[in-house]
Amino acid sequence: MTRWKRKDLLGLRELSADEINFILETADAFKQVGTREIKKVPALRGKTLVNFFIEPSTRTRTSFELAAVRLSADVINISAAASSLTKGETLKDTARNLEALHADILVLRHSSAGAPQFLAPRLKASVINAGDGAHEHPTQALLDLYTIRERRGRIDNLHVAIIGDILFSRVARSNIFGLTKLGARVTLVGPSTLVPREFEKLGVTVSHKIDNVLPDADVVNLLRIQHERQRKEYFPGTSEYTNLFGLTKERAKMLKPECLIMHPGPINRGVEIDSEVADGLQSVILDQVTNGLAVRMAVLYLCGGIAG
Amino acid sequence: MRYPDYDMSATIIRNGRVIDPANKRDEVADLVIIDGRIGQKSEIRGQESDGAAEIDASGLIVSPGLIDMHVHLREPGFSHKETIESGARAAAAGGFTTIVCMPNTSPPADNPATIAWIKDRAAEVASVNVLPTGAISRNLEGEELAPIGSLGQAGVVAITDDGHCIQNHELMRRAVEYASMVGLPVLDHCQDYSLVGNGVVHEGYWSTLLGLPGWPAAGEEVIVMRNILLAELCDHHIHCQHISAAGSVRLIREARTRGVKISGEVCPHHIALTDEAVENFNTNYKINPPLRSQADVEAILEGIADGTLTILASDHAPHAEFEKEVEFDAAPFGIAGLETELGLFLNLLVHKCRKVDIRRLIEMYTVEPAKLLKLDAGTLSIGALADVTLIDPNLEWTVKIENFQSVSRNSPFDGWKLRGRAVRTIVGGETVWKLNDA
Repeated sequence: MTRWKRKDLLGLRELSADEINFILETADAFKQVGTREIKKVPALRGKTLVNFFIEPSTRTRTSFELAAVRLSADVINISAAASSLTKGETLKDTARNLEALHADILVLRHSSAGAPQFLAPRLKASVINAGDGAHEHPTQALLDLYTIRERRGRIDNLHVAIIGDILFSRVARSNIFGLTKLGARVTLVGPSTLVPREFEKLGVTVSHKIDNVLPDADVVNLLRIQHERQRKEYFPGTSEYTNLFGLTKERAKMLKPECLIMHPGPINRGVEIDSEVADGLQSVILDQVTNGLAVRMAVLYLCGGIAG
Repeated sequence: MRYPDYDMSATIIRNGRVIDPANKRDEVADLVIIDGRIGQKSEIRGQESDGAAEIDASGLIVSPGLIDMHVHLREPGFSHKETIESGARAAAAGGFTTIVCMPNTSPPADNPATIAWIKDRAAEVASVNVLPTGAISRNLEGEELAPIGSLGQAGVVAITDDGHCIQNHELMRRAVEYASMVGLPVLDHCQDYSLVGNGVVHEGYWSTLLGLPGWPAAGEEVIVMRNILLAELCDHHIHCQHISAAGSVRLIREARTRGVKISGEVCPHHIALTDEAVENFNTNYKINPPLRSQADVEAILEGIADGTLTILASDHAPHAEFEKEVEFDAAPFGIAGLETELGLFLNLLVHKCRKVDIRRLIEMYTVEPAKLLKLDAGTLSIGALADVTLIDPNLEWTVKIENFQSVSRNSPFDGWKLRGRAVRTIVGGETVWKLNDA
């Protein structure tokens, strides 16, 4: 495995295009495993994986758990409520305790940007970032890349529109890093408060007019829009959002027929996307979920093989 | 710490370059200390040097003892970070003979009893002069005024809610008016809470890239503007601490040309580093206000050069390693700065950028804070207390946090190679620290 030398997967910003492609190629092999009658391989037999989720998550945690089980690893799930962090123990101490129990791979979900970057050099175990604050969510972006590559045959020179709350989105950042490294053209779309111009310094285009972007897009990736307490000052409400930026049935007609519609989930039907569009022919939302499993198996296999 | 061999009635510091901005003096000369005060050679009995201790200062600068008017000593309440004794030792090692400590202790210094405790403790254990500030508001909560007059009687040199910023403009206005009556300057940490929110790094390229909550420059500038308006309204001095943003420099410059009683302070980290330093989420770069852009750094350098920004200080903010060894969001803000600030400023302002000469640098560390806080310090006038700092402006050295006198080690400058540092610190005629003491 000369093409992979990392014990950790912290983000896509630090990876080369070659490393990203290697993960995607490795995922091809694991995707096939999922179609067999016996869906399990012994790649990580005897290894222990801890799903260490300091922030609530169901789909990502389940996907990692299933990926680990299919690789024959032993899996422990620790959530914020159950962890010692609520008793005042530091993240570092909790993680080192897990390592003292011979955990080989730590899958970390955390509300603070940089939490995996903080832990990785302090542990011998592999650290896999399952989402840190508004920073990165590398496996989500990898499964998005995998899905685009699978359906469109390539990534370079495609025009990908990422639509929604970009400012607070780790999915958006990892996608920006991954897509630009693999040669795609990226346009970010959303309200000026959630898509500040500063993002253009990351090598992407910013637009606040969705109707100008949709006809030219090869892929649209819709992010979940929330209007919670901490977002109240950023936009007036979900119905105004739908009015200005929602992928409605009418707007979907502007898309090229081969344009893919993606969403990391969970979907707010009727807010960022109309229900019929989410279930339509161009939607690859469930493919993303299936591919997530293969991509996470690949990541655990590659990093798990380096650690220890 | 006392050194009996220097504990004599007379000391002569020979052949140093004596720089005393208060007296517009810059010459190679001998400096005489008699009974803890600056004296004259003729006062020494009999022949020159008869019975006097001698210090060879050839090649060194003989400066009035430096004053750092922005230091957190953490006592009472947080002695695991720093004590008055250790903080004073760190100050001495950094070349400071007087430090001004901030009131965000536990309990906070918002009452005369706590001030009395700090002064008593300092008299007992501190090797340098420790001057306390008092809080503006009770419990630093920004809700109601602390007993500012009684704090003045207890001996504070200024009032400040440092670490916090009073958001209620009416309360701040009344605090400044009241402080004017008592004759105490007001020091302010300029931060608008609604604009800054949970920001931890400068809002700009790196906050965008790293997904860390941004702290916009406007969050400082809007309070600097507020302070300018209130200083004008109340005709009383407000000092804006640790200026980090270009807009703040511009506002202060304009106000000072109109004669408004406003001043600004610079910490070394805000010109030594930019926000790029947070790339690896190292919490030693987490500072409030945050490290900003190169354009901000250049504006601050210009502000120093043209006299807009008049005070140099460290914002010495020691924290224990275990407190900084956490997620970036969760880490406390601050740098332990007393032992690196002089070397950094010498490099950044004098050696590298040549924004000011060594005379002005010393003035910004002596005459300026003494004037602002009305201190009887910062000069080598005959009869003044013999607080003296000997500086080797060209000595090359490497910052090593393991050699810090401070209890804490939270410095991003570990391993930095610097030119110039204090080599001996003299308080009231007694050497309290010299290089290679450690």
